[in-house]
Formats: sequence, structure tokens, C-alpha cells
Amino acid sequence: MTDRILTVRMEAHPTDSHTMARYEATGGYAALRKALAMKPEDIVAEVKASNLRGRGGAGFPTGVKWGFLAPTRPRYLVINADESEPGTFKDRQLLERDPHQLLEGIIISSFAIDAHHAFVFVRGEYPRSARRLQQAVEEARAAGYLGRGILGTGFDLDVTVHLGAGAYICGEETAALNSLEGRRGEPRIKPPFPAVAGLYAKPTIVNNVETIANIPWIVMNGGAAYNAIGPEGSRGTRLLSLSGHVANPGNYEIVMGMSWRDLIFGIGGGIPNGKALKCWIPGGASAPWFTPDLLDTPVTLDDIAKNGSMAGSGAVVVMDETTNVVAAAWSIVRFFSHESCGQCTPCREGTTWLQRILERILAGQGRPSDVDLLLDVCDNISPGLRWPPAQTTICPLGPSAVSPITSIMKHFRDEVVAMIPGAVTAGV
Amino acid sequence: MSDPIKLTVDGREVTAPGGQLLIKAAEEHGTYIPRFCWHPRMKPVGMCRMCLVEVEGPRGKVLVTSCTTPVAEGMVVHTKSDVVKKAQEGVLEFLLVNHPLDCPVCDKGGECPLQDQTLSHGPGESRFVEEKRHFEKPIAISELVMLDRERCILCARCTRFSDEISGDPLIEFIDRGNHTQINTFPDEPFASYFSGNTVQICPVGALTATPYRFRARPWDLEAVESTCPQCSVGCRVSVQASQNQVLRLIGVDVDATNQGWLCDKGRFAFEHLRAPARLSTPLVRGADGELHEAGWGEALDLIASRIGAVIAERGPAAVAGLGGARSTNEEAYAFGKLLRGVLGTGNLDASLGDDPGAALLAGVPHRATIDDLERAKTILVWGPDLKEELPVLHLRVRRAATALGADVVVVHPRATGLDRDAAHVVRYRPGEGAATLQRLAAGEGDLAAVRAALDTGPVVAIVGRTGLAESADLADAVAAFALTLADAKVMPVARRGNVLGAIDMGVHPHLLPGRVAASDAAARAALAAAWGCAVAVPGRDTSGILSGMADGSIAAVLLLGCDPVADHPDRKAAAAAFDKAPFLVSLDLFLNESNRTADVVLPVDTFTEVEGTMTNLEGRVQKSNRIVPGVGASRPVVEILEDLAARLGGSIGAGAAAIAKEIALVAPAYAAVSWEALDWGRGRDGIVVAEGPFTHTPERRATDPSVGALTLHLGRVLYDGGTMITAGPSLARLAPEPAAHLHPDDASRLGFAAGDRVTVTGNAGSAAMAVAIDPTLARGTVYLPFNLGASIGNGLEVKVEK
Repeated sequence: MTDRILTVRMEAHPTDSHTMARYEATGGYAALRKALAMKPEDIVAEVKASNLRGRGGAGFPTGVKWGFLAPTRPRYLVINADESEPGTFKDRQLLERDPHQLLEGIIISSFAIDAHHAFVFVRGEYPRSARRLQQAVEEARAAGYLGRGILGTGFDLDVTVHLGAGAYICGEETAALNSLEGRRGEPRIKPPFPAVAGLYAKPTIVNNVETIANIPWIVMNGGAAYNAIGPEGSRGTRLLSLSGHVANPGNYEIVMGMSWRDLIFGIGGGIPNGKALKCWIPGGASAPWFTPDLLDTPVTLDDIAKNGSMAGSGAVVVMDETTNVVAAAWSIVRFFSHESCGQCTPCREGTTWLQRILERILAGQGRPSDVDLLLDVCDNISPGLRWPPAQTTICPLGPSAVSPITSIMKHFRDEVVAMIPGAVTAGV
Repeated sequence: MSDPIKLTVDGREVTAPGGQLLIKAAEEHGTYIPRFCWHPRMKPVGMCRMCLVEVEGPRGKVLVTSCTTPVAEGMVVHTKSDVVKKAQEGVLEFLLVNHPLDCPVCDKGGECPLQDQTLSHGPGESRFVEEKRHFEKPIAISELVMLDRERCILCARCTRFSDEISGDPLIEFIDRGNHTQINTFPDEPFASYFSGNTVQICPVGALTATPYRFRARPWDLEAVESTCPQCSVGCRVSVQASQNQVLRLIGVDVDATNQGWLCDKGRFAFEHLRAPARLSTPLVRGADGELHEAGWGEALDLIASRIGAVIAERGPAAVAGLGGARSTNEEAYAFGKLLRGVLGTGNLDASLGDDPGAALLAGVPHRATIDDLERAKTILVWGPDLKEELPVLHLRVRRAATALGADVVVVHPRATGLDRDAAHVVRYRPGEGAATLQRLAAGEGDLAAVRAALDTGPVVAIVGRTGLAESADLADAVAAFALTLADAKVMPVARRGNVLGAIDMGVHPHLLPGRVAASDAAARAALAAAWGCAVAVPGRDTSGILSGMADGSIAAVLLLGCDPVADHPDRKAAAAAFDKAPFLVSLDLFLNESNRTADVVLPVDTFTEVEGTMTNLEGRVQKSNRIVPGVGASRPVVEILEDLAARLGGSIGAGAAAIAKEIALVAPAYAAVSWEALDWGRGRDGIVVAEGPFTHTPERRATDPSVGALTLHLGRVLYDGGTMITAGPSLARLAPEPAAHLHPDDASRLGFAAGDRVTVTGNAGSAAMAVAIDPTLARGTVYLPFNLGASIGNGLEVKVEK
């Protein structure tokens, strides 16, 4: 059974996997030829049958999302390549080392949803990704895969590569749309959702890079073949970015269903320097943390959700026993505070307040009341501190900053309390 | 909005129009949901999060912002649950984290939504112990507005106003997250004609207006609702005063007129009321040729004896009266009654020749109301640049274009404030207006699409003088054309605040009070019966009076709040007439170009100092109210005129209230108007008077003169050289320098560059000024703002030389 889809070419041809010549020599654009001979609705049906779920974080079924498109024209496809979640670096590899794979996916997907202009919103700090992709676009245009009458059919498509300006929030799809339109990168109020009124108020599909990179394989091999890979609910392969205190950090394309132990200690090579595992973040900075009692649970979207966190964008960050969890949480909270767009009061003021309370605790100036205060400020951003989180904000960025704090309070409360002069540890 | 639906708010079933926002639906049923960013006249942004409520859904109760959530059938809403209360307290605590809490020195203190809602919905105390965010405070973002970023809670009301409502987005968010702040663009001040509105709607003390800063506490202010007199839109205002001084004006939200907004001229021009130069005592010209302070008795005796002598020697036709267009209806009526009845002269006119003509203003059939713009599909604007002359009407047209989907057609010699939002813009050179109208009516050439657009009704045609070098006949012709369009209404516009009211009150040689033709002997007889004295037959209009002054046939002139030497389009003719002035009496606030040669100048009470009514450009009668006394020995116009009438053996009525009742009796169009109704009854938003009985049928009689290579566009700007602007410190510095604006092609053909000093010569004189380049001008046109003082006449022919 297939266990690698996206990284085969770059692995086999590390020096030139990004070129048109290598892409065509290894079967590239065959899926496009096949797709252009299909009816668009049949492509959508294959994608639905594949049970492909979005790789940007929310894990929404891609074919279902395409089905939400309002009937008006024009429609747009926007590829979210604003990969900015701390610990996530998978899309960068796909962009830099196999841009044609993504591009072929874009062309097929655009054909399937009847879009004639696609945009790729590339993270501002990824100039190399943007360059490689732009080069691929130009090669594809020269080869007749883009432009008017693609491959002699009546299908026209242009692709615009847009470099962001360095805001994490533009990973939120409606903020990316605002930014593409030349506005401030701020999330929009939903509804309307992009499938109804997105870019330039037209029906728009926003998909992640990895999601769309899977489309050529699905078209070539059929949705059923894709649906045969991996456990139910986590079909296909998945790129995980493994980082932190592991011996072998890096991107790994895996079939889901293995245990966390196999991932961290097998693929990741375990914790360096003979240290013990303290905890890990299973799906990016927004996700609640896991502790070693979950090492033998499976790595699937649904199991991670069942255990109170999320697979998110595939960033697994490992922390060993030496980690100061308050400092780790502060680092994440500071990130979200810095990246808050500033629209919603609870996020704008709350994340910064949380950051400053943690700074006080780290400086040895915590107050006994700070433990309750941290949680209550979190509660005012994400009422009930539930998972999946409720929110008092337009987008989930604010509640994302809550995850590290509820995680350390749940698993390491004594460590937090111990850093606060005069605070009494629970149970003593 | 669609059909009514039912929803449950806090356990109570209520009905609301489908699609209405929850926050508004709740409020209309008595449930106030706290808010900062939401404003009923702007699109919601859901930013402050103060209006969170719980809505029951398939997956339990969800917190939503009620300002972004439309009501739906069967919706169950909780606005006071524990979760909601905690969320609201949380938001308030967050908002106060970085708010300086400098309420004791903040102008907003006492009327501050943040202060009020902290008390009503806040947590009581803050747990924030860190240092607050700091900014330099305050910074001047314009001549009129100061910004204190520390107080700002980032609600986006000001940015939305300037983007959505006024269309001059000069104020924006910069930076991000906790560093987000409001600011202007580098080297671009917040120079908007509407900037004061952002101060009014700011929910904290972040934006303050320089004329009001540190002048009063809200609880020390007395307020009265009134009508702004600055132009003929008639915006409703709340006049607020302390210790007998007007300190500020606030726009009142009335659907029919200003919808809460004011222009900065209307908002800040009140400063002239206490200007040092304002007249506070009667002045009488002495034997030395100078004006000297005098007592009222002395001044009025002198007027009575001199006018009495003129009438005795030369008859009443040697007496004339000009003005009234800035007065209340009651004052104008008294002025007309004094002239026509007591003095027996038909020489009187409120219109100074700078409007589209009294006949069109008073007698247009199918007059549009401002609110007709809400329903219009197509709006034709062939008249003044509304942004410069009738700013809040500009906002209403802009709203129709940007929010309501109307197509706006602008016909003007240069770019107007509306062009950016217009569906069609037609440029023409002054002097080619009739030909342009001909081509437009026929849909010739490039005007075919414009003509087609005008066939989509309902149409509102806003018609006036684009500039003063063009004949008023053109406006009449445009109105005539507009009336041929399907489902069309016409709004003739003039600038001065109560010009239509004064005409309606009979300050016009051919109209008696209530728009009755003065040539109608039976009508004159009826009025004579009511007045108890004879009513004069029709006499001279403004031009006739000026020429009569020049040729000596007019021997005595009364001016009521008017300055023809500055405002008449042919200033040279006006000045020549006043140079010869026989006996001249002026009732005014200031000395001006016309009354400097007067024999008697009488100081009058004015806006905020007298009670009365005004009639706006749509015929809406609204109340003006008194909150402060006049200055020094100034007196109400009606009392002055009554004292004068008594000395001349007549009477015009005792006081404005009595006169108002008399107007309702003798002026047919005003029969339904009473102060009681305007103050307390169905007329609180004004009463639109019925059309007629006088009607005017506009005619396409305008013809184009033969003109040379350059023609004059004599437009007007908002901040002008008039006394109401120059006498107040805040607006005086905003008036631009006059310049001769040329199209770049004409400038290069003539060899001029921007800034060159040139001499502009018209039919009545020359003036030196700088050249400005305006690529939006029609070619062959020289644009010169009329009301900045440079006087070259109002002929179309113009020359520009080094």
C-alpha cells in the first residue's frame, strides 16, 4: 500500500524536483490531462470519495467544502500558503521542492470548481517559496498548462502568486482575502463564508497547500484508492513537522494511525541527551498539550480530538523534562499577542495581559492571585475554557493563546505555583 | 428587511422585521444591549465585543455579537444570563486595561459611553496591575480635531464615518494588535468638512474638538434643539450653552434631514456669535461722517423721520428692502409686512441674484424632499458642488449612491465631491450649458449612456447654479428637462439658510406671504384686510433696487442681514449702487462691505438668541430656539421692526410668537404650521409645506452666449470670506487663498505654471492671484471661487495674463 504521496519526487530527486523537466519526467501533469477529459462534477465526486480533509488546521472535508460554493460567477480559488503557526514548516517544503505538484493541483481544482483565477497567498517570510512557485507558474504558462485554452481545451486559468506582509493572522482565510484585496489583514465577520462571498465578494474556495498538493494523486488513482490509505477519518498521508526536544527533527510524511510513542521515539529518534519526555504539542501552537500518559494513543485526527486537542497544521513540538513550562507558555502567548490583529477587545487586550502576567511570574514577581487571574482572563477570551473552544472574538486567534495556559494549569499547576512567592501548592 | 418574524428576548416574545440586527430589534423592544463600536448609521464591525449575547442553537447556547447577528424566526436570545454578564464584564475590564482613566480632566467625562457602561455593565474594579500603554497625547490631527490615542478603544467609528459616510478616509488604523492606533497619513491632516462628526460619535474622549476642549463639563450645559442656519439643508442641532455662551453644536439624528450628521461649518461657525467685532449697540452716522454709538430711541427716531421724509417727498416707491434670507420666517414676514404694508413699497427681495431664481425655488412643481433620495434610482446633480455649498445634502446623495444603489449623474464644469461615487460625470465649459443640456436631452454621442440612465426612475434632479457666471436661466432649463423624465422630482437648491422661507414670507416683489402672487388684486385686498392697511403693488427685485439706487430713484434702503456688495454676483454694480446710497439702514451682526456706508446700523439677536422657524430647501419648516441672550444692546429683529412700525404709524405684530400665528392665518401654504406642532407635536422633524398656490413652469429658454477662448466658472467654497467664517477663530484659518484654477492644457498653452502670479480680468475688474492647476476642469475654463473675495465681475468672458 502507498505510504508516501507528496514527498516521493523530492526524496528521489533532491537537486531538481522543483523543475518542470523533472516534474514532467516523473509523471507530472498527467493528472491534469486526465482531469481535463473529465466532467468537473466528477472530479468533485472523486475528491469527496477520497475523504481528503483539509490540512490547514480545521480538518474540514475538502470535497464537502467545494460543494458549498454559491452558483454565482466568477469564482476564485485561493491557496493558503501563509504557513506561520510556530512549529509548522511542511508547506514550505512542498512549495520549494515540488511547486509543480501544487500547481497541478491548483489547475485541476480550479477546473473542478470553475474558477479562472487562482491566488496563492505565500507567507511573507517565505521569499524562496514564492520564487520557486512563481518560476513554476511561468514554466507552466510557457508549456500551455496555464493561460488561455489550457492543453487545447476551452479552460482558461491564471495563477497569481502573492507574497504576504508578515502577519500570522493572514493564515485565517478571511484575513488573507482582505490582504489580497489590499485591505488590512483582519478576519471578517462570518457569515458570509468565503464560499458564498469571499475574494472581491465572489464565491471563493480557500484551501491549504498540502490539501491541494494531494489532488493530482487523487485524480490519477481515484478517490477510492486515497480513501483506502490510513484509518477512517484520517485518510491519505499527512506531513508532520516534528520539532523541539527530539533527536531527529524534520518533516515526515506518514500514514496516520501510528502511536505517539512510535512517532516521537521511533521516527523522531526519542529525546536527546537521555532526558525524559515531559509533554508535547500535538498540532501547533494553538493546540492543548499532551502528556506521556497519552503516548500509546493513536495519531489520528479523531483520536487527538477525543483526547482534548487537535491535529491542527501538523506541528508536533516535543518538550523534555528540563522545560520551564511557564516560559514555554509565555513564548507561545507572546507570539499570539504579537500577532493579534487588534480588532477584538478580548484578544487585543487579553493576550497582552496574559503575556505580562506570565512575564511577572517568570521574573519572580508573581502574586498568589495570579493563578486564578490567568485562568479568568483566559475564560473571558474563551468562555468555559472548553475544547473545542468557545470564543468572545471574531476568529480563533484569541482562544489559541488560551491553550498553553490551560495546558500548564491542567498538567503542571504545581510548577506554576512554585514560581509564585507566597502561593500555596494545591494538596500541601 | 423582510416580513416580521418572532423571536424571544430574555423570555419575552417580540416581533421584529426579518433581517434586522439583533441589537436594534432588542432596543426597540426596551432591551438595551451595551455597545461601543456599533452605530445605527454605519455598517457593523463587531470589534468591541461589548454587545455579546447568548443565542440558543442546535449545539447549545453560543455567544454572538448582537450588532452583527440578524434576527431570525424562532431565535431565542439571552441578554442578561450569567455567561453574558461575565463576557461583558470581561470586555469592559479589557477595555480599561489600557484606558488612562483620566476622566476628571477628560472632556467626555459625564457623557462618556465608556464611563456610563462601566458603571452599568462593568466589573467594578480592575485586576490589571501593570503599566498602561502610553502614547504622546494629544496630537492635533487637524485644525479642529485633537486625538488622544491613550483614551481610544479602537471602535472604528471615526474610520468608518470617514470611509463610509463622508468618503474622505483620511483617518485609519495603523500598526497591529495591542499597538493598534488611530492616525492620519503622513503629511495629510484630517482635513475633512465633516471631521466634527467623528468627535460627536467617538465613544470616549479620544477625539475632541479644539473649539470645545476644556470649555465645560457636560452637566453644566443647557441644551435646546434648533435648526442650523448655515445653509438651506436645515440640519437639526442641539445647541449647548453654559453661562449664556454657546459652547458647541451636536447633530440630532432626524431621518428626514441630517441623520445625525453636521458639516464642520455648521458645527463650529457659532463662534462668530461672540466675536469681538460683533455689533452690540446701535450706530448712527454723525456729522463727522463716522458711525457713533447711539441709543435705540435715537436711532429708531432718526430712521422713522428720514424714511417718513422720503415717503412724503418721493412716495413709497423710493423705499426698498433687501435681505431676510438669513432670518427666521417670523423676522422675514415682519420685514415684508413693514415694507409692503406700513411703508407701502413693493420693492423688496430676499434673493440676491445668486440663486436659481425665486420662481423656481418657490414654485417648482413636483418638488423633491431630501428623503426622496432614499428611494431614488437615479439622481441628477446639475448645480453647485454640494460638498462645498450644501454639505449634508452631499452626504445624503453620497449615501444614496454608495449604500442604496442609486446612480448619480453629475454635470459640472469641474470635479465635485460626488464624482468618485457617481455613475456618470459630464463636464462642460460655462457658456456651453444650454448646448450641453441639448445634447444630454437628445442622448447625443457620448451622452447616450447618461441619457439612458436618466430614464430609470424614480429620478431626483438637484438643480441650481453651478457657478455665478452662468445665467440662472440654465437652472430653469435643467429643471424643465428633468420634469420630462419618468417619475421625476426636482429639488431646486440655493445656498443661504432661509432663502425659501423668506420668499415664502413674501420678501419678494411678486409674491405675498404663502406664495400668493402679488399681482392678484383680490389677494392683496384679502391681505390688506388681515393687516388692516393697504398692501403695495409689485415693485422691484434686487437688480431693480440696485439700479434704482444707482440712478437715484431709490432714496432709502433697509438691509436685513444681507451684504449685497459681497454676495451679489455683479459685485461692481452692487458696489456702485451702494456708493450712491441715499439713506441706508442695516440690521446686522457685523459691519460689512454693504453697511459700512449706512446711516444707521442696528445690532440684532440671531441664531440661538431668538425663537422662530426656518424653511429649508425642500419646504420643510423647522423650529429654531433660543438658549442665550444677544450681545450688549442687540435686540430681536421683530421687536426692532415693530418699534419702527409704531414710529411710522403702523404695526407688524407684537413678538415672534404672535407673528407665527398670523403667518398661519394669512399664508395659505403655512396654514398647517404652528410652533406647538413643531415643538411638541407631529412636526418635531419639521413640517413640509404644500406646493402652491403659486406655481412656476420651468422653461428651456436658456441660450448660450458667444464666448471667447476662456470662460469663467464662478463657483463657491465652504469656508469663505464671509463674516460667519472669518469672525470665528476656528474656521477663519481654514479659508483657502483665492486662486485662478486652469486646466493643465490651458495653462501650458498660456505659459503658466502652478503658483505663477497672474492678473485675471473679467467684465467688471481685475484681480491678482496665483495660478492653480486643476486637471478636472473642463478645458477653456478658469475656475475662481466667488466667495473668497476677489472681484472681477460675473461675466463669462475672462482673461488671464502675467
